[in-house]
Amino acid sequence: MLQIRDLSVSFGRRRAVDGVSFDVEEGEFFLVIGESGSGKSLTGGAILGLNPSGSTRTGSIRFKGREMLELPERELRHLRGDQIGIVYQNPLSAMNPVIRVGDQIAESIIVHGKGSGRAAATRAIELLERVHIPDPARVAQAFPHEISGGMRQRAMIAMALACGPSLLIADEPTTALDVTIKAQILELFAELRRERSLTIILITHDMGVVTQLADRVLVMYAGKVAEVGPVETIMNQPAHPYTKALMLSGAMSDAPFKSVLQVIPGSAPTLDARPLGCRFNPRCAYAQDDCRATMPSLRPIAGSLAACHHPLVGFRHSELVA
Amino acid sequence: MTPLLELEDVTKVFGGRRAGATVRAVDGVTLRVGRGETLGVAGESGCGKSTLARLALRLMDATDGVVRFDGQDVTHLSSLGLLPVRRRMQAVFQDPLASFNARETVRRIMREPFNVHSLSPSGGIDAKIEELLTSVGLSATDLDKRPDEFSGGQLQRIAIARALAVEPELMIGDEPTSALDPSIQAQIINVLLSIQRDRNVAFLIISHDLDVLGHIADRLAIMYLGVVVETGPGPALMAGPLHPYTQALLSAAPTPRARRNQQWKRVLLPGDPPSPAHVPAGCRFHPRCPIVQPDCRTTVPVLRAVGPDGTQVACHYAPEETQTQGRAIAAARLGHDGDPPPTISPGQHGVLASGDRI
Repeated sequence: MLQIRDLSVSFGRRRAVDGVSFDVEEGEFFLVIGESGSGKSLTGGAILGLNPSGSTRTGSIRFKGREMLELPERELRHLRGDQIGIVYQNPLSAMNPVIRVGDQIAESIIVHGKGSGRAAATRAIELLERVHIPDPARVAQAFPHEISGGMRQRAMIAMALACGPSLLIADEPTTALDVTIKAQILELFAELRRERSLTIILITHDMGVVTQLADRVLVMYAGKVAEVGPVETIMNQPAHPYTKALMLSGAMSDAPFKSVLQVIPGSAPTLDARPLGCRFNPRCAYAQDDCRATMPSLRPIAGSLAACHHPLVGFRHSELVA
Repeated sequence: MTPLLELEDVTKVFGGRRAGATVRAVDGVTLRVGRGETLGVAGESGCGKSTLARLALRLMDATDGVVRFDGQDVTHLSSLGLLPVRRRMQAVFQDPLASFNARETVRRIMREPFNVHSLSPSGGIDAKIEELLTSVGLSATDLDKRPDEFSGGQLQRIAIARALAVEPELMIGDEPTSALDPSIQAQIINVLLSIQRDRNVAFLIISHDLDVLGHIADRLAIMYLGVVVETGPGPALMAGPLHPYTQALLSAAPTPRARRNQQWKRVLLPGDPPSPAHVPAGCRFHPRCPIVQPDCRTTVPVLRAVGPDGTQVACHYAPEETQTQGRAIAAARLGHDGDPPPTISPGQHGVLASGDRI
């Protein structure tokens, strides 16, 4: 469904996203994981043809066989919403504050020619019900600031689904939410995934999101793909030391009470200070001379693809936390 | 022994004269922090935990109740009278960048507490500043940089170092790790653990993240809509939460082990936390509670002791009706049931061909 090859997003000569390639299959739940500055949101934006001003994109993004980087803005706009739905972290800034929730959803139905007037309004209420908003007719009449954060995120998902897209891109959809509300929204994604022939790309920094949802996971670090593979491999037998470190970083519950936690030393490099060779090498416990000299390219290792000169073969996560 | 910090039946009411327009953000909370101890306060937004931190710091005046520091009633102390107390009690907030002057160097930022409290450490201020920075994992070479040259994790280290400058006996952290990337969170937790070990500082850490609190808190208090619904020794509470709300919170945050367990399931709470302006009658949690009974809608459950270890819970049906479920949730969260995941045999290392699926 989606084929991305050698995608770069640059600001001047600095490449925030640097030669990223991956495929997303139809019906797949695809997770993009990375910390701040990894380029994960820019990658998601590039698929939608939305990129910050001053940035340029190179490479190839093929969505259902069509080259997205060559589409004129008018067609892109039609594609967004119609075939690709978007869910952002903060629905309050993505929604129009002075238009009622139901009208906003109806508007996108009308704009994309999927219905008009009363039919669109009825459809909007159906969609709100579809995302389990209690009393959907009342919420449709409310302004975005009048409903809770969890309800707004549900309404945003309803809006993204309004025109029956085949691909849904969600950028940190649960990050701003409380844990019990986050659990509800994740359950909604799981349900959408079960019931619809919908392809979902979920972008997050939160490892907790992986559970039971994703089919495959793409791990990004400093603008590059560190590793991509099935969720079981990424969680249980990561090949890239960064993936392993990321998996362990949430493991404080597995560590004895008050014990010193395993950490990745240092912090991710900024755009201006990326190291030579593998970008993870200054923080990597396994780095050798070649890691400091040459950039590793993505290659098949055990169950996944990883960009690492010295992948962790035979490492099992369960051994470490047992 | 006198607790270092004591909040007794503290209430904070916001808003005004108009009937029905008031919000009881904190509604009769009693908490104690002993010397060298860590108390973790957990809850979701709107539960009053940040208001509680500000009341404890006396950045805000309590509407009712008593705040004591080392036995002294500080509830109504003037800002001048508070100065010696403030020296013994420091704060670290979620966003360190917001608490620094962006144009000042780290050296000037670090000098400030010495000036405010007229301190002159033996060996000089500069030597002391270097020692403090080293203790949080930074170096003297960072002294002449400005805040924008640091990452979020480094800034939080500077905030902690600055709080340590006056050698406080208590540090209050309001979501100190929440704005940080996961890999950086663990670094900051290690810093907190090491300074407590070396300096015997007491911590009051406020967070929505039970993973973090469960790892560092000697005692935990769980807040919901302005009240404490459960409190007790941290490890005991994490191993067998008794209040249905604590159980849901714990279940919402799976550990890596639980995440790998295909059988693991969340306890899903229906609805949103109600607004503190419209507190439900009876038990505040009853509209979302999975085991709600008729009396929960009418009778307010009081926080009462349920064990010799100091565990207290505000639920009509705890521990009798909740204990088994609590233990099961705690075990499932740690991935203690289900089989270990299958292992994948290492394949050939290869080269990516142009037609390969990525």
